[in-house]
Amino acid sequence: MIRAIAVFIVLAIFPLAMQAMDTMFYVSLASRILIYAIAATSLNLVLGYGGMVSFGHAAFFGAGAFVVGIMAVEGVRSVWIAWPAAVAVAGLAAFIIGALSLRTRGVYFIMITLAFAQMIYYIFVSLKAYGGDDGLSMPGRSTLGFGTLGNDLVWYYSVLAILAAVLYGLHRLVHSRFGRVIAAIRENEARAEAIGFPVYRYKLTCFVIAGAVGGLAGALIANQSSYVSPSLLHWIQSGTLMIMVILGGVGTLWGGMIGAAVLLGLEHLIADYRIGWLAALAPNYQDHGALAVGIVLLAIVMLAPEGLAGLFARTKEK
Amino acid sequence: MPATLLLEQSLNGLQFGLMLFLLAAGLTLVFGIMDMINLAHGSLYMIGAYFMASFAQATGSFWLGLPLALIATAIVGALLEMSLLRRLYGRDHLTQVLATFAVILIANELVRIVWGSQPVLLNAPPELSGPITLPGGMPYASYRLAIIAVGGVVALLLYLLVAKTRVGMLVRAGASNREMAIAMGVNIRRLFTVVFALGAALCALAGAMLGPIFAVQVGMGENILILAFVVIVIGGIGSVRGAFVGALLVGVVDTSGRAFLPLFFSTFLPPQFASAAGPAVASILIYLLMAVVLYFRPQGLFPARG
Amino acid sequence: MLELRAVSKRYGGVVATDDVTLDVVRGEVHGLIGPNGAGKTTLIGQISGVLPTEIGRIIFNGTDITHLPAHARVAAGLARSYQITSIFRRYSVLENLAFAVQARSGSSFRFWRPVTAERTLFDEARVIAADIGLAERENAVAATLAHGEQRALEVGLALATRPQLVLLDEPMAGMGPAESRAMLALIQRIRSRVTVLLVEHDMDAVFRLADRISVLVNGRVVASGVPAAIRNDPAVRQAYLGEELAA
Repeated sequence: MIRAIAVFIVLAIFPLAMQAMDTMFYVSLASRILIYAIAATSLNLVLGYGGMVSFGHAAFFGAGAFVVGIMAVEGVRSVWIAWPAAVAVAGLAAFIIGALSLRTRGVYFIMITLAFAQMIYYIFVSLKAYGGDDGLSMPGRSTLGFGTLGNDLVWYYSVLAILAAVLYGLHRLVHSRFGRVIAAIRENEARAEAIGFPVYRYKLTCFVIAGAVGGLAGALIANQSSYVSPSLLHWIQSGTLMIMVILGGVGTLWGGMIGAAVLLGLEHLIADYRIGWLAALAPNYQDHGALAVGIVLLAIVMLAPEGLAGLFARTKEK
Repeated sequence: MPATLLLEQSLNGLQFGLMLFLLAAGLTLVFGIMDMINLAHGSLYMIGAYFMASFAQATGSFWLGLPLALIATAIVGALLEMSLLRRLYGRDHLTQVLATFAVILIANELVRIVWGSQPVLLNAPPELSGPITLPGGMPYASYRLAIIAVGGVVALLLYLLVAKTRVGMLVRAGASNREMAIAMGVNIRRLFTVVFALGAALCALAGAMLGPIFAVQVGMGENILILAFVVIVIGGIGSVRGAFVGALLVGVVDTSGRAFLPLFFSTFLPPQFASAAGPAVASILIYLLMAVVLYFRPQGLFPARG
Repeated sequence: MLELRAVSKRYGGVVATDDVTLDVVRGEVHGLIGPNGAGKTTLIGQISGVLPTEIGRIIFNGTDITHLPAHARVAAGLARSYQITSIFRRYSVLENLAFAVQARSGSSFRFWRPVTAERTLFDEARVIAADIGLAERENAVAATLAHGEQRALEVGLALATRPQLVLLDEPMAGMGPAESRAMLALIQRIRSRVTVLLVEHDMDAVFRLADRISVLVNGRVVASGVPAAIRNDPAVRQAYLGEELAA
């Protein structure tokens, strides 16, 4: 708990320091990282704690964003209406997708969550009126009814507060009765059922909670740049979120946050990075950062000791 | 619904399905035998198409470029397997997903480095660029017919290979009982590399043949990879027969959906909805198909493993 | 208490259990024996609900539970232990038992209050730990337990759900003589509170414990009755050609 408070104090002071140094850009970058931290944490609930390898989490993230975006474009810009709507829609989507997918196991589960996410991607992309392929621009951030979220400093603190709430909520959840059941299911699903837990119901509930929080993160990301890109729904986005969770620590409270910070921080740091000889060899190739990210990722996955498999204490599902 | 339109779309569906089968066959074998989810399979498809474009241009001939592209991609596949992927056998599926996902990212960048970010031109051979008249008087693109012919022949050869030859028998033995096969002296490592290289060559064939129809560009692998996974999930993991049936099903459903749904919707929906709903529903049709199949047969249509 | 009527299980051409008709009376210890592959574990799987039963009926306390999902059967008072130890390996003995107690005591759709605040859960788990002889090891992580201790925990998990009928699938599997004696004593201790259907290979134990015994061969019940009758039954002797029955 001390550690948590310390972290949040640092995060709270951070933007003031940036303001003093007149480098407000980093505050905006930081809010973006914090939003992805929320998204990754929501995935960690279902993937890390729940042991459900969902490859379609981007669907809830993107759906939340689109709900806020579409409502904004249609004139409904209030935080108090749009954000709960985003959470509700994402939760509902998670309920439907989860109810169907959780009847399968192993790789079939991975595939079917992926497929459902793709469906949602295609549905939103086909909405030409709301941006289609190009994405949706919003008139501005959601309105509070008092003050404004348009101020980057205010925005940062809002996101920080929400992240703190999400992490605290996850902490309570994990230690609650519900959290214990999920832990038991992840450890030994067959036995959990055999001692009397209706496993399917618990998994579905976990899936829905994770989806709903993902939707909240989506509402935030839409507000971050007042723009909703359909790539938020793409399966590559799902993969990115999974990588954040794995990097940060599967099934740990801070895992989503660490992973988001590491991955996005890395991307930012090497965005302008140039590999000398590569630039000479291929003068037209600009974005060396993307290659570096791929290589770093591969190295981490390959070199992590049985750790990744060991973190899933159950026997391998086929 | 005019009969010619129906026939044309059926043939298109067949053509797409057969090419999907080439991808799915390799994917399902790798999954079934080595128990590995390989997301980079789509990257091999992409590399095959790019190699084809380069070799066809270098040699000036489509038909000379094709075998070169197949061999080059098979070599890339074999190297990839030997250096990297064989370390993933036996690790959990999540690790495999992430590692091969990273390979996709790297492959996309490498292709950008070598070939640039713009799509590359790949043309059908001149002798096949015109229409051919089918019995019944209907014109049909001769290149597409050629794809069907090639796809059909390869499917047949694959079936003969797996079912009738010694290599095929070894593959099936390795699939059903790895330890036993090893105990009987089968060189499993070499077998896996060969299977992987074969899968890569099949990907390259699909990429090369579809190149003139779809664009040859970075990221082309990801779109078709999803379809290939849908195919093997429908067909049943590890089953080449399942991959065949699944691929044809998906090919026909997807092609017909795209062709007929917009028309269908416009009969009772106002035009602006029909033009949006048509493609959207067509895109999700195969996922609906997969969901329905999995609901009734959670292990796919022809599960090869118990 | 438990009635099986013509229960069968077919996998394609293979018949695992064949027309099994069997009764377990309240308060008894009913032994189920048979050669390897006779279908005992399959039958246990069908009774506990892990394996679906398409043919036959299973009636528990007068209610037809043939199509009831596994978790609901536990709520109805039917618990099972596994032949191959299936516990929550990364958790302590106390935590393992607390899971089972939690399942039986109220809804677990509670998302806020920490479980550690529930003293009664852990107190009850402690009692069961003592019952199964693991009082000293209650904080040990399950994976670090000795084989015999794990088998005791295995049984403890089933008992923690406060069942009326417990299905014990080879509780003495892989045990040495001292451990077997401890398990035997455990079963003797619990028989006053719970009805037991005991699958075992250890003939000594079965004949010592059981009030009645049924014999399963190739999926069929070939004999059922008191131990003395079973010992002398020619069909049973034939099934166990070469195996020694307890003298």
